[in-house]
Amino acid sequence: MSSAPTLRRPDETGVPDPFQYMHPVMKKNYGNWAWHDRPRPGVLHHVAKSGDEIWTVRAGTQRQMDIFTIRKLCDIGDKFAEGHVRFTTRSNIEFMVSNQAKVQPLIDALNAEGFPIGGTGNSVSMISHTQGWLHCDIPGTDASGVVKSLMDMMHQEFIKEEMPNRVRITTSCCQINCGGQGDISINVQYTKPPKINHDLVAKVCERPAVVARCPVAAIRPALVDGKPSLEVDEQKCVCCGACYPPCPPMQINGADSTKIAVWVGGKHSNARSKPTFHKLVVANLPNNPPRWPEVEEVVHKILYAYKDNAKNWERLGEWIERIGWPRFFELTGFAFTKHHLDTWVGARKTMNMSAHVHF
Amino acid sequence: MSQDDSIRTEGQGAPADHHPTPMLDELESGPWPSFVSGLKRLRDNADAQYAPMMNDLLGQLEHSYEERLGFWKGGTVSVFGYGGGVIPRFSEVADKYPASKEFHTLRVQPPAGMHYDTNVLRQLCDIWEKHGSGLIAFHGQSGDIMFQGCSSENVQPAFDELNEIGFDLGGAGPALRTSMSCVGHARCEMSCYDEVKAHRSVINEFLDEMHRPALPYKFKFKFSGCGNDCVNAIHRADFAVIGTWRDDMKVNQDEVKAYVGRVGRKYAIDHVIAMCPTRALSLNDDDTLDVDNKSCVRCMHCLNVMNKALAPGDDKGASILVGGKRALKVGDLMGTMLIPFVKLESDEDYENLVALARRMLDFFADNALEHERIGETIDRIGLPMFLEAMEIEPDPNMVNHPRTSCYVRTDDFTDEAEKYFERKAREAGLDVAAD
Ligand code: HEM
Ligand code: SF4
Ligand code: SF4
Ligand code: SF4
Ligand code: SF4
Repeated sequence: MSSAPTLRRPDETGVPDPFQYMHPVMKKNYGNWAWHDRPRPGVLHHVAKSGDEIWTVRAGTQRQMDIFTIRKLCDIGDKFAEGHVRFTTRSNIEFMVSNQAKVQPLIDALNAEGFPIGGTGNSVSMISHTQGWLHCDIPGTDASGVVKSLMDMMHQEFIKEEMPNRVRITTSCCQINCGGQGDISINVQYTKPPKINHDLVAKVCERPAVVARCPVAAIRPALVDGKPSLEVDEQKCVCCGACYPPCPPMQINGADSTKIAVWVGGKHSNARSKPTFHKLVVANLPNNPPRWPEVEEVVHKILYAYKDNAKNWERLGEWIERIGWPRFFELTGFAFTKHHLDTWVGARKTMNMSAHVHF
Repeated sequence: MSQDDSIRTEGQGAPADHHPTPMLDELESGPWPSFVSGLKRLRDNADAQYAPMMNDLLGQLEHSYEERLGFWKGGTVSVFGYGGGVIPRFSEVADKYPASKEFHTLRVQPPAGMHYDTNVLRQLCDIWEKHGSGLIAFHGQSGDIMFQGCSSENVQPAFDELNEIGFDLGGAGPALRTSMSCVGHARCEMSCYDEVKAHRSVINEFLDEMHRPALPYKFKFKFSGCGNDCVNAIHRADFAVIGTWRDDMKVNQDEVKAYVGRVGRKYAIDHVIAMCPTRALSLNDDDTLDVDNKSCVRCMHCLNVMNKALAPGDDKGASILVGGKRALKVGDLMGTMLIPFVKLESDEDYENLVALARRMLDFFADNALEHERIGETIDRIGLPMFLEAMEIEPDPNMVNHPRTSCYVRTDDFTDEAEKYFERKAREAGLDVAAD
């Protein structure tokens, strides 16, 4: 009889100390930076109060990276930079160098390996995204694939800084919306109530917990064919999918009923206007892998209507605030429907409580 | 040369039975780096333990692309001593794709500010080469390094090796979640407090809440050094720490003149002066800038545009906003102002921040309903009751405007007003009769 192997107790170290990895110039001038500029798209130049300078070269990545890609980036970092990198919240990688002469060779090396340089200033940065079919247990679509398709389409806008202000795009593969708010948000929108596999409910689901999860109280306990199960009032159901995670037999995804919606005007920065949530523009777009051309077309229209019409420093939502929603729908050519009128808690606050109109 | 050609040579032959992936193949063209090419590089590295797993993963993913459905289900997997931090994934189509039947993710906390050197990145790759799929995401939207694709058997050894080089699991489930901080002090002139110190002080104090999930639901902290909020604390953190300052912003008038000289008066007026949300700015006839600091709301716009000329003041600290979250179940909530200013300079200031975090987490643990985020708890009980529990006094900065509904009992209004004046007097350093 063998004794149980001794298990190693974890060291609960928590958040690692970044100073052990940080570029020495950043460490030395920690908390003492004076100003910065951008010599070209994708490059930041920061000057410390001490007079020290550092150049950052920002490159796009595919976020879901294989170790060969990461090692390739490390090789470039060792050979052309100074061995220190950081990642941005949008999965761009940044290489820091203390000598301007190293900037161009570093850019050349990254470009030669297929990494685009950009994502700074008034560009379209990498899309912040979720897991999708590659890994999540409730995804209505893929995330990496949608993002790859859109970034191919917007590649020029990543490597240039030609937008009125920065454009931050997010994708989410279900209505839980792990991808977050964005100037443009591309999110799965379920269009049909869950289909219930009554044989499994009693075995798999804690029924009171599922009932409690529904935001519109559409779920009721029920006996189906003599077995305890659940039923959904389809008139009430808003197809949010919240019942699915605690009760997978309430299938919310459907190959034909899972659709994509596009939202605009989310912003987390406090600059100028207060932070905002994104608002619905188009729903019911087909979930069409591998390239999602219908989504691409909608995003393209919104992006270039903004680029062509906004003033410098207006974020997408701020531009729409100025020109008004009627003009936005006119410029982009999308339909305005009853589904654009909010019906949720606090909906009245989203209505125009004035005689202000745009023609 | 394209990225694909240059790296594909690393692996030699593919597993003999490799799945056709006509749809995924289409995601290899185009200028953006392709995750599909990356998956294939792993599949084609025939000697590696993960090659068969990645072959079947590609097969399952292609199957998802064909069927427009996902095929993962959850379960329970954790490491010894911890209750959360691993996201278990079991395939529902394991009969067709057996090698990727288990494909778990380890959520791992990144260094504050997401700094690395190439040496540590290589170590992370080596560990994941040995025990995992070779696929890593830098980073998830909560900040975790996501080590994606691990068999149940390999989760423990992978974690042990990551833990031995100083990395720890992040949060999942009803727990304190992994946190994020902006680059801030390390390279940003806008930064109003030490994000690394705040991030590490707060999170490392509550690791028990992260590793052994026992909260009513998730709780997220995020740390941004200024109102630009680069880590998106306001939408996505239950507790957002956003840097700001209390005194006057700094103006270098020579740099203002140089800026106006460069861009022209009209541009400067249209894009700086007129875009100030509180009309706090005015351009003088000699091209110097007037700032009405009492009107300024520290929105960051003018500092962003003229970052060489303008800078935050000296009396720096942070605002604390509370309750940001996405749709489920009451709809989106934006983090709202709880504390307009906390000083973040001395060790004691950071201890006070941790103490506030503790009060809030304790309150959340004791009072939130199951599956309720703190923003929803506050909506349910009302802000006044929450403030009382937090021992925070009401402040006009907490609202857009005072209430508009007259349905409220005001019989202790006079007493409350009295308290307000006493507090103000104390803040001004005066003696108060009640003391
Ligand atoms: C089946 C369940 C879920 C899965 C597999 C899942 C997956 C994920 C993943 C992979 C991330 C990124 C994690 C990281 O960066 O460490 C994430 C973040 C997030 N999740 Fe989920 N999620 C689930 C349920 C939910 C639910 C129920 C909600 C809210 C109602 C939610 C809201 C969010 C939000 C807002 C973020 C972004 C957080 C941030 O930016 O800090 N998720 N989720
Ligand atoms: S958005 Fe939905 S499907 Fe996508 S990762 Fe989040 S929970 Fe999963
Ligand atoms: S999909 Fe949403 S609204 Fe419909 S039954 Fe499920 S939880 Fe309720
Ligand atoms: S949030 Fe502010 S301090 Fe932090 S990196 Fe962004 S601009 Fe700099
Ligand atoms: S920071 Fe914002 S509010 Fe303050 S003066 Fe500048 S533009 Fe105006």
